[in-house]
Amino acid sequence: MAKRIDIKDLDAYYGTFKAVEGVTMTVEPCSVTAFIGPSGCGKSTVLRTLNRMHEVTRGGRIEGKVLLDGEDLYSAGRDPVTVRRTVGMVFQRPNPFPTMSIYDNVVAGLRLNGVKDKKVLDAAAEASLRGANLWKEVKDRLAKPGAGLSGGQQQRLCIARAIAVRPQVLLMDEPCSALDPISTLAIEDLIEELKSEYTIVIVTHNMQQAARVSDRTAFFNLAATGKPGRLVEIGDTATIFSTPKQKATEDYISGRFG
Amino acid sequence: MTSADLPLPGTRTQVNVSQTEPEIIEVAQATPRFEDSGGAGARRLRNDLARVVMWSAFGLAMIPLVWILWTVASSGIELLTQSVWWTNSQRNITASVRGGGAVHAIQGTLIQGLVTAVISVPIGVLSAIYLVEYGRGRLAKGVSFMVDILSGVPSIVAALFVYAVWVTTFGFQRVGFAVCLALVLLMIPVIVRSTEEMLKLVPNEVREASYALGVPKWVTISRVVLPTAFSGIVTGVLLGLARVMGETAPLLILGPYTKNIATNLFSGYMPTLPTMINQDRTETGLEPAVERMWAAALTLILLVLVLNLAGRLIARFGSVRT
Repeated sequence: MAKRIDIKDLDAYYGTFKAVEGVTMTVEPCSVTAFIGPSGCGKSTVLRTLNRMHEVTRGGRIEGKVLLDGEDLYSAGRDPVTVRRTVGMVFQRPNPFPTMSIYDNVVAGLRLNGVKDKKVLDAAAEASLRGANLWKEVKDRLAKPGAGLSGGQQQRLCIARAIAVRPQVLLMDEPCSALDPISTLAIEDLIEELKSEYTIVIVTHNMQQAARVSDRTAFFNLAATGKPGRLVEIGDTATIFSTPKQKATEDYISGRFG
Repeated sequence: MTSADLPLPGTRTQVNVSQTEPEIIEVAQATPRFEDSGGAGARRLRNDLARVVMWSAFGLAMIPLVWILWTVASSGIELLTQSVWWTNSQRNITASVRGGGAVHAIQGTLIQGLVTAVISVPIGVLSAIYLVEYGRGRLAKGVSFMVDILSGVPSIVAALFVYAVWVTTFGFQRVGFAVCLALVLLMIPVIVRSTEEMLKLVPNEVREASYALGVPKWVTISRVVLPTAFSGIVTGVLLGLARVMGETAPLLILGPYTKNIATNLFSGYMPTLPTMINQDRTETGLEPAVERMWAAALTLILLVLVLNLAGRLIARFGSVRT
């Protein structure tokens, strides 16, 4: 059952530097939300606060609330590790584990968390690879190194790996920026299919992709250089791209502002 | 159009670029052709001179290396080809008598090397993991500093320290294990530094991928980071081992020589190749002893060579495949 995300007054810091300020928004379950905005405005930072990866960076911390179906992810005593098992992530550059085969890569999330039963792992591997549209291409070479696939296949492998642990939410940080257009299309089709089971948040630099793939879009911007980034506007994708409420949004979308 | 037709550099000329408007442009200075330039000859001379200097320096550096190898190999090879060298010890063989072998010394060197590795590898690798994955702040800086100091400690000082603790303070005998302790002090900094380098080479995105799957940090390190860095770490260990197996100062202070096979680390003296070399050296003038000395030296070099090659093979075949 995919979950709903509520962000309330989120401030994200790197040490003493405030990177993002005052973000308040909601992400509905089983939907795709796109974060767009110029570089350095804090989209990836906000994304990483959703699965507590922000604190992996030195000095990363937040103030505010991030709620998953009403549960505060940052409550005292909540282990970030369990959060990350519920909220999965796919990164910008495909990063399969270098020493592992394709099969080992897909089941890594399960195996490293203690699942040993071969039948369970086999079933999860097939289901995730089918879910990532990679099964037909790799089913005969599951024992080959994961890093031997093409870029688009590696990224789908990473998506399979992320969904193998059956998270409720899937975060994608510019998943197609390192891929060619055909692979990008394959991933976008995949997102469309995954939408029915997962809540998906995708950061993208590509506005056409945001328009194609997402149900709702959030536009982030910097107030000025050196100032923290903030959420300028969030709304249905169709509305944002045709009749946005804020002038800054309209400037960005029409390319009048870099 | 030949170059004779072109206008002289530095002059102005009329150029017809369109039907209606001819443009006046200034003709640029042509860049001189290479052979005509006055500097080319001097440049080539400097280039050739530098090349000669480089090759001479290389040759000079190779001379002692080749000389050593040739001397040791030619003096020692004969005894090594006899099978008795590899099966017998020096028991009952006096300095002036030919015969016997080096198996006692070879066994001693290998046993001490193994025990040293077994003690120093866990300490070294875990320290490196701490420094790379966990350490922040003053404790990590302190540990790193201490490792640097330890790597500069002369082998005889390490041996004296172990002597002071093991023999003088605790009252134990000078046994093989004491030598191992001194070698551990020498081997740990080598392992820490090389393991650190290998761990830093693991890309951070691999760690992030593991964290994002909800894998705890220590499992990430042990089952994702270490296997990725594994062959590099093994190479570092083998190279460190190759280095300490030839250290003689700890052996002279803590490990007196004996002619018999002795494999007990905690009782009695344990012979090793460096001390066998030393023993036969003190009996110079006697040809059998001199022959044995060179043969033992060649054996030690071969042992170090085998370890080095093993290290490189593991690095080549065990490393991350793309």
